[in-house]
Amino acid sequence: MPLTDSLRDDILASVPSLRAFAISLSGNGDRADDLVQETLLRALANIDSFQPGSNLPAWLFTILRNLFRSDYRKRRREVEDADGSYAKTLKTQPAQQAHLEFEEFRQALDKLPQDQREALILVGASGFSYEDAAAICGCAVGTIKSRVNRARSKLSALLYVDGAEDFGPDETVRAVIGGSGG
Amino acid sequence: MKDIKKPGKQGGLNAEIQSRIGHQLRAMYDDVVRQGVPDRFAELIRKLDGAEANPQMGNAGDKNDGRD
Repeated sequence: MPLTDSLRDDILASVPSLRAFAISLSGNGDRADDLVQETLLRALANIDSFQPGSNLPAWLFTILRNLFRSDYRKRRREVEDADGSYAKTLKTQPAQQAHLEFEEFRQALDKLPQDQREALILVGASGFSYEDAAAICGCAVGTIKSRVNRARSKLSALLYVDGAEDFGPDETVRAVIGGSGG
Repeated sequence: MKDIKKPGKQGGLNAEIQSRIGHQLRAMYDDVVRQGVPDRFAELIRKLDGAEANPQMGNAGDKNDGRD
């Protein structure tokens, strides 16, 4: 459909959640904003292929997700920014204790396989239905459900089961020095 | 409907941990959502919108939209 005023407003209204999705996926604010920008450019260039009445956020998330995945393949050898630059993108700095917990969560999330991480974010944070998440990821609904379940079990093992793994700053330092050989 | 969730079925995952994970995930996400639309994106869309709307207006003389 053509870009009407209301469609443009709807696209703009999706920007905050697109950014949240991009940051959750990439863990890096600058890169996330580049992804969002690229997503908007693609969306506007292909606006004719958007079906009126269909789910605009899901359409935009699909574009962003596909961009992220192709971008990720190109960049995976680069040293990941693991030292909390994500936290710097936040306006409100959480209190110290909460901040540590937050970093721990962030790092645990980064340890999930990408398929599981994106499924968990789409369903658990973006609020998409399993069906929409499946459409965004181009897979079956059952696949999304099992990815979300595995993501949750893995996070709970990483965060709440003792001795699962060491998340200390030492590991971050080692990852940076050693090139995050995961 | 067969797939009614059975709490506690997922070997060892207790509901409290799950709700905590859900809460942390949303807190992280919503923190970004609350930042709203940064100017660069509002700007970008405004510019592209103009570029999109104009190509067929070869004769720009009577642009009747008058809002800007």
